Formats: sequence, C-alpha cells, structure tokens
Amino acid sequence: MRVAEAFRVAVTALRANRLRSLLTMLGVIIGVSAVVVLVAIGTGAKREVEAQVNGLGANLVILVPGQLEFGAAPTRSRLELADADRVGRAIGQPGGVAVTLASGETVRAGGNSAFATVNGTNAAVPRIFNRPVARGTYLRESDVDTRRRVAVIGPELAAQLYEGADPVGRTLAVGGVRFRVVGVFAPLGGAFGASRDAEVHIPVTAAQRLFGDPRVDALAVKAPTTEQIDEVGDRALAVLQERYPDEEFSAVTQDQILGTVGRILGLLTTVLAAIAAISLLVGGVGVSNIMLVSVRERTREIGLRKAVGARTGDITVQFLIEAVVLTTIGGVLGILLGVGGALGLAAAVEQLPAVITWWSPALAFGVSAAVGVFFGVVPARRAGRLDPVVALRAE
Amino acid sequence: MTPVPALEAVDVTRSYRLEGVTVEALRGVSLTVHPGDYAAVVGPSGSGKSTLMHLLGGLDRPTTGTLRVGGRDVRAMDEDELAALRNRTIGFVFQAFQLLARTSAVDNVGMPLVYRGVKRAERRRRAVAALERVGMGHRLDHRPNELSGGEQQRVAIARALVGEPQLLLADEPTGNLDTRNGAEVMALLEDLNAQGVAVVLVTHDLEIAQRARRQVHVRDGLIERVT
Repeated sequence: MRVAEAFRVAVTALRANRLRSLLTMLGVIIGVSAVVVLVAIGTGAKREVEAQVNGLGANLVILVPGQLEFGAAPTRSRLELADADRVGRAIGQPGGVAVTLASGETVRAGGNSAFATVNGTNAAVPRIFNRPVARGTYLRESDVDTRRRVAVIGPELAAQLYEGADPVGRTLAVGGVRFRVVGVFAPLGGAFGASRDAEVHIPVTAAQRLFGDPRVDALAVKAPTTEQIDEVGDRALAVLQERYPDEEFSAVTQDQILGTVGRILGLLTTVLAAIAAISLLVGGVGVSNIMLVSVRERTREIGLRKAVGARTGDITVQFLIEAVVLTTIGGVLGILLGVGGALGLAAAVEQLPAVITWWSPALAFGVSAAVGVFFGVVPARRAGRLDPVVALRAE
Repeated sequence: MTPVPALEAVDVTRSYRLEGVTVEALRGVSLTVHPGDYAAVVGPSGSGKSTLMHLLGGLDRPTTGTLRVGGRDVRAMDEDELAALRNRTIGFVFQAFQLLARTSAVDNVGMPLVYRGVKRAERRRRAVAALERVGMGHRLDHRPNELSGGEQQRVAIARALVGEPQLLLADEPTGNLDTRNGAEVMALLEDLNAQGVAVVLVTHDLEIAQRARRQVHVRDGLIERVT
C-alpha cells in the first residue's frame, strides 16, 4: 500500500525532471547494455566453437606427440605413416586411422592464387571426420599408395581459384607441383577467420614428398561408442609408447578440447563483463549523486511529509524506491539496447556470433536494481533523518 | 470530572546548541489547551513562539519539563510514535501553505492518510469530504499553481482536517494572504472551532489574536501573561 504510493511519488518526481532522470539513467543503460552485448558475444563464441568441435565427428581420439597443453611448446613429431597401420591393428580397425601432415602453402590455378592449409591425409578421413564431399570424390587408398597428385578442395578456395567454374578435373599448383582436383568439400562454415572451407586435402604420401618431411603430425581414430573413447585412446597410446619408449604421446578427446576452450572463453567473457560492470558501478555513483541533489531540492517536501505523519522509514523507503525505479528503468532500457545491439552486431558482422541467454538480461536487471538499492541507501537515509522543523524552513 | 486536556505543558524548556553556544528558546512554559479551545500565541519574532508551536505539534521534544498531547507524554515517545501523533492528533496549517507542487488539491489533502495506510479510493473520498468542508469542493483536481493564495490555504486547512485531529495548529495562517482572504481563512478556522476542533493560532498580529478566546503572550522564552 505505502510502497505502491511511494512508486507513484517516485514516478511523478522522475517525470518532473525528465532530462535529468534520463541522463542519470544513461550510466546504468550503458553499463547494462555493455554487459548484455559482451556476454552475448562470449556465449556465441563458445557455442560456435562447441559446434565446430562437435561437428568434427563423433567419438574422436586424436593422437599427438608430446603433452598437449595450451601454452606448451609443440613437440616435433616422430610419427610415421606406418604407425597408423600399427594403431589400426591394435584397436581392431585396420585402415581406420586418419593421418595428417599440414602446412600453409600458396595455391595457384590459372591466374589466381590463394593461401591455404594443405593437409596430407589418407582415405580414412571420411570414416572418422564429418567431412562431406559435395562434388566428385574424396581421396582413395590407392591415391595414397601410389602417391597420386590429386586434391580435394574446400568450396571457398574453389570459388577463389576457379571463379564459379566446376573445379573437378581442373588442376592447381602447390609449391610448383600440379595436382588434379577430384572433389570439392561441402561448406562447413567457420568463425573468427579460421575457415575450414579453404583447405586442400592431398594424399599424405604426396604431401611428405612435397614438404620434404617423412613424418606425420598426428593420427586420429574413432571409438565405436562414447563409452569406448578412453579405452581406444589407451590402446592406441600403448602401441605408440611401445614403439617410441623415450617419447610421450597424448590422446586428445573432444571433451578435453571443449573443456580447455570453454575455460578460456569463459574467462574472457568474465573479464569483459567485469569491465562492463565497472561502468555500471560508475552509473550507480551518478544515481547516488543525483539522489542527493533530489533530497536537497525536496527538503521542504520531506519536512511537510514528516509534519503530517510520515515516519523516518516512510521517507527512506520512498527515496530508496525512487533510486531503484531510476536504475531498473535504466536497466530495462539497457537490456533492450544490449539485446538489440548484440543481435544487430551478429547480423552485421558475419563471423561474430551472438547468443542471448535468458540469464544475462535477468542478471543485468537484478544487478541494476541492486545498484539502485546500494547507491540509494545513503541519500535515502539522509532524507529520512531530516529534522522536520529544519526541513520545513528550507528554501 | 475534567476532560483530558488536548495539550498540557508543564514548565517546558527547550534549548539548542548553536555553534557551541547554548540558546534557550523556551525557559519554562506552562500552558493547557482543552478540547474545543481557541487560543492565540502572540509575541514578537524571536520570542520563542515558533519553538513553542513546534513542541505543541510534536515536531520537536522539550529539553526539560512535561508535555502531554492527548494525555500522552511526548518526551517518552520515540520518533515513530511522534509521527503517529502528528498524523492522528494534530493538524498543521502553515504560513507558506506547504502544498506539494504538481499535485492536485485532492491528492495534497489525502497525503497524510497515506501514512495511515488508508487505501487510495478511501483517501480520495475523505479528501473530497474535507475539501467540501472548507468550501473547495469545486477545485478538487486543480494544482496549487492554479489556485489563489486564499484557495491554497483552504486546501492546506483541508489537509490538516482530513485526519480528524483534536487540535489544529496554525502558524501565521494569514501571513501570506491579503486582508480579504485572511479574513475568510480566519472565519473558516473559527467555524471549525465551533464544530469542536481546538485551534491554537500562532501570530504576531494582535488584531487577529484578539479574535481568540485567550491570548498567550510570549516574550524571551517565557509566557508573559495570558489575557
């Protein structure tokens, strides 16, 4: 009852000083919208990475030399192509182990050239990774065995090199060596500039000769079920450990990648949101300041209200509600601006996904209300404690 | 059996400390106001009459002495009890009207009832009744800046009346009004007094004070004489 009346008085008072109220809200609006936008982008980035990692294929185990940790120096591989056969036999999937030997190269076709990741692989790739071919075929086992100079290229690269013409059957040159295009991948999309649609896959044997490198970077296998991921990884590691007793290898799963990437992006999102929250805090100081001005301006009103029976608590609650109304209206405007901004940004910038989660606007609203209470307390208590005799005499 | 006095002050003092100096605004005042009484407190400025009015109205508490309002000792009350006393027992009328700007007459009048927890519809009903009692029933939704001084003071009197107080305290109620409006406001206060509300008038205007049943002359913080 009294609270409802306090709301009415608060709205009347704020409307009496529309411009001032709006400017005071601006700090909160900016803070809240910044938090909402940054959380949306952070969440979008995380979802995108998750989708990409999960889109690689199901139940993958990637075998790499050394300890795989972010920040650790990459270890030079001693893996060979023959290790893929050994691992395949050990896990009961002969021919089911993919290999990779990748290098960034300039790729030319006709008068066009582009920089692309050239990946030496084998015929097991389509069985392990989710890499559909839109036109033509993927590399065959015989291509690897005979070191045939054939290539499967991504659609983005195809568009760059052949400008819309069908690439299958045409040639491209990598490091001066000519390859015949046999297939074009279906588009996968990509985020943050790391497009997998500009890759070139060639037989690993051809890549070894091209790069002058007899080894492979890593192996990849697929566990038959999610439950068998660890078992398959352990067996594969055991084979490698036996062959290279003085080296370490890691079996990396998608869950591990997601865990690490998730932690990094989570931390990044938190830091960005915290920076944005500082502007919310500054907005709160502005609210506090303007409320103090308001208390001073309305000293006589406060004195009168006390003279006719308002208690200290009634006045305190009234000014507190006024501060909270100010910040929550600012919060709602900030949420609208933030959601609009995030969606607008996502629409305008292709590689910047933004996902609005239900909790970030809810949290922003809660925080802005809390800012109102926190920064409203001092002015409100000052108002409540005014002596009615003195207050009534105020100018 | 004598009725409980509306107001009873016994040897009341009030001193302030102003920049380290103790100022004795009231130095021992005794005064009784009975229900339905009509008294005027007169004295030059600085005599302590404003301080006395603040004490009588429960806006302030005496330094020493006993002050009973409606039979209850003001010195024993806490802030909230004093607020309730101002809300229920006393109605204030100020020289400068003290109406809320941008607020209609009816909302100004109903405002004290907010602090009693009276619902909005009931507040309006009682505020309308109070405004009709002071002859302002035709100006319910006008704002103070749309009303003349005399009309504003009538609205202020309606606000003082809306809580059905035992006592109206009027501090220079005609001070900001011209003669004609002043006379009308005085007639209204006397009319209300005739209906049984005790009225205490604080003024430096002897002519107005003469209209009261009693004149309490205050000088230098003491009651000089009562006529």
